[in-house]
Amino acid sequence: MPPLIQFVNLSFSYSSSSSPILKNINLFIEEGEFVLLVGPSGCGKSTLLRCINGLIPNLYNGVYEGKVIVDGEIVKDKNISFLATKVGFVFQNPENQIFMFTVEKDIVFGLENIGLEKEEIRERLEWVLKILNIQHLRYKAPYELSDGQKQRVAIAGVLAMHPKIIILDEPTSLLDPKTASEFIQVLKELNKSLGITVLVVEHRIDLLCEVADRIIVMGEERIEFDGPPRKVLQEKSLYLYGVTIPPIIGLQNALSELNVKINGFHLNVEGISEEIKKEAHLE
Amino acid sequence: MIKTDSLYFKYAATDYVLKNINLKIGLGEIVALMGGNGSGKTTLIKHFNGLLKPTKGTVRVFDKDTRDDSVASLSKKVGVVFQNPDHQIFSDTVSNEVSFALKNFGFGEEVTKKRTKWALEFFNLTKYENTSPLLLSGGEKKRLCLASVLAWNPDYVILDEPTVGQDFLQKEKLREIAKMLATQSKTVVVVSHDVEFVWLLQPRVILLSDGEIVCDDQCANVFRNEQALQRCGVIKPQFVKLYEALPSLMDHPPIDVFEARSMLLKYLKEDI
Repeated sequence: MPPLIQFVNLSFSYSSSSSPILKNINLFIEEGEFVLLVGPSGCGKSTLLRCINGLIPNLYNGVYEGKVIVDGEIVKDKNISFLATKVGFVFQNPENQIFMFTVEKDIVFGLENIGLEKEEIRERLEWVLKILNIQHLRYKAPYELSDGQKQRVAIAGVLAMHPKIIILDEPTSLLDPKTASEFIQVLKELNKSLGITVLVVEHRIDLLCEVADRIIVMGEERIEFDGPPRKVLQEKSLYLYGVTIPPIIGLQNALSELNVKINGFHLNVEGISEEIKKEAHLE
Repeated sequence: MIKTDSLYFKYAATDYVLKNINLKIGLGEIVALMGGNGSGKTTLIKHFNGLLKPTKGTVRVFDKDTRDDSVASLSKKVGVVFQNPDHQIFSDTVSNEVSFALKNFGFGEEVTKKRTKWALEFFNLTKYENTSPLLLSGGEKKRLCLASVLAWNPDYVILDEPTVGQDFLQKEKLREIAKMLATQSKTVVVVSHDVEFVWLLQPRVILLSDGEIVCDDQCANVFRNEQALQRCGVIKPQFVKLYEALPSLMDHPPIDVFEARSMLLKYLKEDI
C-alpha cells in the first residue's frame, strides 16, 4: 500500500520571494502515523502543511514543482473543498476558524457544506461531541469558551468531516501547560483509536516526544532528520535547526558526551530518574 | 516603579477578573507572570500601559496614576508586545513597522535609522526589511513586534507569550536580552506558559489564578510550591521533577543541563 502522504521532488517559491522555501522535498508519511514536525521559525513548516490540504498551490501564488499525493490523489489537480474531506487543518489560533454563533452550528458547518443528509449530520455531530467530551458546550457561543475549549471545538469541526489526516499548526501555543497536555492526550487517543494520521508542527517537544511515532526536523529548504523520537533526539546538532531540546534529553546527551552511558534513552523524568537510581545503587 | 494598590477590574457585565492585586515591580527586575488560561495575566499587563484602567484601586507608573496619564505617554515608558502579533502589526514594510514608533515618539532621523537597523539585525529580520509583514511566518511576526518595541528602549518591557512560535536560538536571544535589559536597570515582565523558558531565566515569579495573586516569590521557591502550582494549572520544570525524584543525589534543582550533569557525574560510571 502506498504511503498516505507523498511529497515527490516538491519545490515551492512564493511569488513574493526570489528563493524557494521548499527545495526538492521527498517525504512519505504512512497511514496512522503520529508525526511531529519541528524546525526554525520561517523554515517552511507551515508551507509544507499547506501543500497537503491544497492551500498551496490553490490559494497561494508561486512556483510549484514536483508533486504531492494525498490518499492517492494528486493535490495540484484537486480543489480545496475536496481535499478538506480528507485533510483537516487546525490552526494555531482557534479563533481563526470558529465563526458560527454556537458550538453545534460551527461543528456542522462543514458537513452542511459538503451536502450530507440531515440524519448523517446529526449522527456525526453527536459522535464528535461525545468523543471530544464537549457535550456541555453544545449550545455555547464561541466567545464564552476558554482557549482550551475553543481548541477542542476547532478540532471537533475538523473531525466531524471524517478526515484521514489531521494537521495541526502549533495547537498548544495558546494553552497553559496542563490544558496543553490534556489536549495532546486527546490527539493521541484519536490517532490510536480511530487510526487518524496526525501531523503536528510544535516547538514544545517535551509535550509531544512521548506520543509521536516520528520526528521530522526541517532546516532551511529541506529535511535534516527524520526518525523515531529516541533516535532523532540524540542527534548532536539538533540545536542548529532551532530545536528546543527538553532538559532531560539534553542531560542524557550531555552525559553521553562524557562517555557516561545510562541504560536506554528516556523521554520522561520518571524513566531517567529510575535508571539513575539503579546506576547509583539507590535501589 | 509600577505599583498597584488593591486593584480590581471587571469588564462590563462580568464578575471581577482581577481581585485585590497589590504589586510593586521595580526597575532592573525580571518578572514572570504565570497562570492558567483565563487567570487574568493579560488583563493585568494591560493596566501597566494604561490600556485598561482599574475599576477599583490604583495603578501607578513612576508614581503617576494611570488614570491621569494617556496611553501614548505611558507607552513611551512601558512597551508591550502582545500575544497575537496580528493585533499589533500594521505598516506596509518590516522596516517601517520598526521605525513607526520611533518617528512617532520624535526620535531624529539618524537615531531612527540606527535603532531600526540594530533591531532588525538583532532579531534576524534584515533580509525582510522591505517585505510586507503580512508575508512573514508566525514566529517572524512575533520577532518583528519585539524588535519594534525594543527599538524605542522603554523602561518597562512587557512580553505576552514571547516564546510562542520561537525556536531554540530565538528563545536564547530572548533570555539574553531580558538579562541585558535588567543590567541596564530596565524591567522585563514576561507572561508565559513556557515553564522551561522561565526556569532557565530564574526570574521572580507571580502566579495568578482566577484574577488573584496566589504566590509571588523567587523562581526556585515558586516551582516547589505544590499547592500554588496545582491551583494555577502550572506544571513543574523537568529539572525540578528530577530533583524531587533524586533528592539524595542533588542538593537543589539544577538550573541547566550542565549543572545537572555535574551533580550526577560522581554517582554514574564512565563507560570505557
